[in-house]
Amino acid sequence: MSQDATHDPIPLPLAALHAELGARMVPFAGHAMPVQYPMGVMAEHVHTRTHAGLFDVSHMGQVVLEGDGAAAALERLAPMNAVDLPAGRQRYGVLLNDRGGILDDLMVANHGERLVLVVNGATKHVDMDVLRAGLPDHAPRLLKDRALLALQGPAAEDALATVVPAVASMRFMDAASNDWQGADLWISRSGYTGEDGFEVSLPVDAAEPFARALLAHDAVAPIGLGARDSLRLEAGMPLYGQDLTPEVTPVEAGLAWSIPKVRREGGAREGGFAGAERILGELTDGPSRIRVGLAPRGRAPMRAGTMLYADGAATAPLGTVTSGGFGPTVGAPVAMGYVPAGTAAGTVLMGDVRGRRLPVAVTDLPFHTPRYKR
Amino acid sequence: MKYTEDHEWLDADDNLVTVGITEYAAKQLGDVVFVELPEVGREVVKGEEIVVIESVKAASDITAPLDGEIAEVNEALADNPGLVNEDPEAAWFFKMTTTTPEEMDDLMDEDAYNEHIGE
Repeated sequence: MSQDATHDPIPLPLAALHAELGARMVPFAGHAMPVQYPMGVMAEHVHTRTHAGLFDVSHMGQVVLEGDGAAAALERLAPMNAVDLPAGRQRYGVLLNDRGGILDDLMVANHGERLVLVVNGATKHVDMDVLRAGLPDHAPRLLKDRALLALQGPAAEDALATVVPAVASMRFMDAASNDWQGADLWISRSGYTGEDGFEVSLPVDAAEPFARALLAHDAVAPIGLGARDSLRLEAGMPLYGQDLTPEVTPVEAGLAWSIPKVRREGGAREGGFAGAERILGELTDGPSRIRVGLAPRGRAPMRAGTMLYADGAATAPLGTVTSGGFGPTVGAPVAMGYVPAGTAAGTVLMGDVRGRRLPVAVTDLPFHTPRYKR
Repeated sequence: MKYTEDHEWLDADDNLVTVGITEYAAKQLGDVVFVELPEVGREVVKGEEIVVIESVKAASDITAPLDGEIAEVNEALADNPGLVNEDPEAAWFFKMTTTTPEEMDDLMDEDAYNEHIGE
């Protein structure tokens, strides 16, 4: 069963530090999470793009898989190449249901003797049910004794290297274990902001001193979930629960890049995953709808749920906004959503905002081009 | 200056009432990125939603604090919504004439409002 949202939110390891930093806390995925600090969402967003932001994402699920064949077993649930994932590397993938709908999106890192999955906070308990059923021989464990921090932005490498010098030589999607004052850090060069940066899993006891060591760097400021959302939206990254749901396939969602040739028709390990029939069909014939960027022409943001129409007179909507807000770096409202396949970039649709139809242009994603160190 | 439970401030000059939101409300909203103002001349009834404020995270609204008619709107906010955060006491949203000026007497004064927000 997933976390009961009516229960009091569970405080995470950095709760005392967030309070000291003046965070506004909100319940999220069953935990009390910092949504913003006194700097405010807009300034926090810009700080991450220009300096470095420290995010507490300990609500996310960290799952360990052990034993020979764990990667092959995972491939039965996710259309990815986990088997050939080298030690020290990480990949993005999606867990699917039998209809090819997305149950969650996740990162898989190969740490040598084990695979470490990072899954969404709101779905981690459902994922565990799926993983236990699908990988009974690999004893999936949801870790309760590790926190997760993300350090993102152009100054992230400098700041993290003052604490863990070895990270300077990591490339995008590398994953490594490092010792810090006796604590075993699992670091990957990745993130959810469209900036260069790192995600650091570490023992709960080490989380606060480690966070303080990073915050001591001039360029590093604490950043809340509010800015995390606007950063990922500008970077064109989908959010599970909004842009990705059990009703959406990875091909519709623009995530076909995460399905390698080896799992596609004619590949050495073709199909063999939940929902394969539909997914392989969509890869060949194309999906009926696609996730696109949406740029409202005016100043009014178009939020999730905004219905999209071909023109001002159409009575039946042709699509929906699934994420939308204001993009502080873009300096204008930004959104993403689903429209019929074949809708070209530049097409102007009408979004229904509080009963009025306002123009919105279909655009390529992302709004802000990521700057990764490859 | 008078205050509503919805964190609006009202400044009356005879029957012309200027309306904005309090610093407390502006802080709760966070960075304001869009303001939709009512049309001048619109007749409004107390409680009617007449202004939309969008912050980075969410949309909220301002309701008419009294019955009356919109006399003037602050177009500067449409061009520069961030004024609401910079100086909420100066960033008025609209001025209205009211047919029920006596209802101003029922609103909170500054001390009562500060107590309302727990300060």
